[in-house]
Amino acid sequence: MSRYRLMRYARRVGVYVAALGFVTFAAFPFYWMALTTFKQNKDLYVSATNLKHVPWIFNAAPTLAHLKLLFTQTAYPQWLLNTLLVVVAVVLITVVVAVPAGYSLARLAGSWGEGMGIGIFLTYLIPPTLLFIPFSRLVAILGLQDSLWSLVVVYPTFTIPFCTWLVMGFFRSVPWDLEEQAMIDGYSRLGVFFRVVLRFAVPGILTVVVFTFTLVMQEFIYALTFISSVDKMTVSLGVPVALVRGDVYHWGALMGAALITSIPMAIVYNLFMDRFVEGLTLGAVKG
Amino acid sequence: MRLPFGPIELPPRETFADRESLLAKVMLAPAVLYVAVLVGIPFVLAILLSFSNARAGSLSFSWVGLSNYAAVLSDPTFRRALLNTVIVTVAVQVLVVILATAAAMVFRAAFVGKRIMRFFLLLPWAVPITLAVMAWTWIFDSTFSVVNWTLKVAGLLHGWLYWLGSPTLGLIAIIIVQVWRLFPFATVIVLAGMTSIPQDVVEAAIMDGAGFWRRLFQIELPFLLPVVTVAVLFGIVYTATNMSVVYLLTGGGPADSTHVLPTLAFQRGIEGLDLGQGAAIALFLLPFLLVAAIGMLRIARRSEMGSP
Repeated sequence: MSRYRLMRYARRVGVYVAALGFVTFAAFPFYWMALTTFKQNKDLYVSATNLKHVPWIFNAAPTLAHLKLLFTQTAYPQWLLNTLLVVVAVVLITVVVAVPAGYSLARLAGSWGEGMGIGIFLTYLIPPTLLFIPFSRLVAILGLQDSLWSLVVVYPTFTIPFCTWLVMGFFRSVPWDLEEQAMIDGYSRLGVFFRVVLRFAVPGILTVVVFTFTLVMQEFIYALTFISSVDKMTVSLGVPVALVRGDVYHWGALMGAALITSIPMAIVYNLFMDRFVEGLTLGAVKG
Repeated sequence: MRLPFGPIELPPRETFADRESLLAKVMLAPAVLYVAVLVGIPFVLAILLSFSNARAGSLSFSWVGLSNYAAVLSDPTFRRALLNTVIVTVAVQVLVVILATAAAMVFRAAFVGKRIMRFFLLLPWAVPITLAVMAWTWIFDSTFSVVNWTLKVAGLLHGWLYWLGSPTLGLIAIIIVQVWRLFPFATVIVLAGMTSIPQDVVEAAIMDGAGFWRRLFQIELPFLLPVVTVAVLFGIVYTATNMSVVYLLTGGGPADSTHVLPTLAFQRGIEGLDLGQGAAIALFLLPFLLVAAIGMLRIARRSEMGSP
């Protein structure tokens, strides 16, 4: 009996050690961001050949100097504002276009709806890296170079397919009876969508908002291709590209920007992860 | 016997709001139009550009047939980039599958603190990739690398590792960052798939005396195969078509040795203003995408047939 208990105890310890190993690998760069953000320069820029200076901990008092520099002497606040503008515009376009499309595919479209749904999903696989060169040409022809509008127009090309697919899955899980009942009560088919379905679809729409937000925050290549002025950049472009003076990176401010941007996104993402997985696994896990 | 009044017969309504097939098309049309115009046209344009000598900044161009492809194929930098793309994509998928399956086995168990650990595990996937890559660039810094310091103190390193300054180490750094970014995502997908393993089969195997490895390879992994395939297919797309990791980590250097197709396409097409050659390079990504698309279609079809 005691041997059995010992085995169980050993297993428990094993699980913790393994879990900690994975978490350490995943979280290490964030620990490094946080440490760098608050370290004084004299603590930060010590050659790694100096084995007596332990880089893993604070060797001098923490400082807010890097964050102060970031918010007062760089364009970071402007980038946050630009990102917010693009996010709001793209979210609006995506919700207005993707929610009805997802409903149509889930409920109204017959046999061709299935194929159409898969077709829309497959366009999500056509990556920006294949399209940025022709887009650079189109954006120039439209006169949108170096304008946030170029991003507002182009970003829905990947948010709409992905969100239509997410919304379609969501509407399939809303019980059909509710809609039938409303139609018996005399609502038209369109009336049912606006008065009944949308009310139940609020969590689904919220998911669309969250994933549009994260997809826009992640985007880099279109922004890099279209935007050249520092004051028009988004966060994910400006931080890696423009927080450099000459050849010198401001690592403290740079890691501060990365940290501040990451924390809210990580929290939001964590709350919506399960729905995201459901969308991506194409129902393969439900078998 | 007849009831005094039967069910009320509603006259069939023919308003727009009730015609389902029309409504379906109208609700779907904006999405299809947006995607057709803004994905379809650039996609066709990408193919057309690859047969032209178009340059950024000028509107005139002429057709040059296959000469962009010929130029690209005889260019050692391009061949290196193509090879790098294949090496990185394959290596990352192999490592991610091993790591994600192992992590899912661990995180399947119930233990105290699992929620907070899951939060940390998911961080790499949630955070904007460009910001995370900058953290890795700093971690691999040639002078201040914490990796080198730790290896030195542990007595494992005698010389010095210039992570982003050598072709081999550069590729290894790229692979590490891509694995780091993708394995949490794959872990979550595999975890979701584990719920589909029938517990009675596993229990029967335990009764019959099957050990851990036998259970893993003969029961659990076969059940997990469809889900792992989904993770791998997405992984292929996310790795092969990603530009930001290589662009920010090594910039394709030293001496163009760590380029992948997207970064080389950017360098030639946008920075070098040669749109035709850039488009031709980017189109070599199509085989990777086709593999992923065909794989996903097959899985989608199978899960449709399998569902009740």
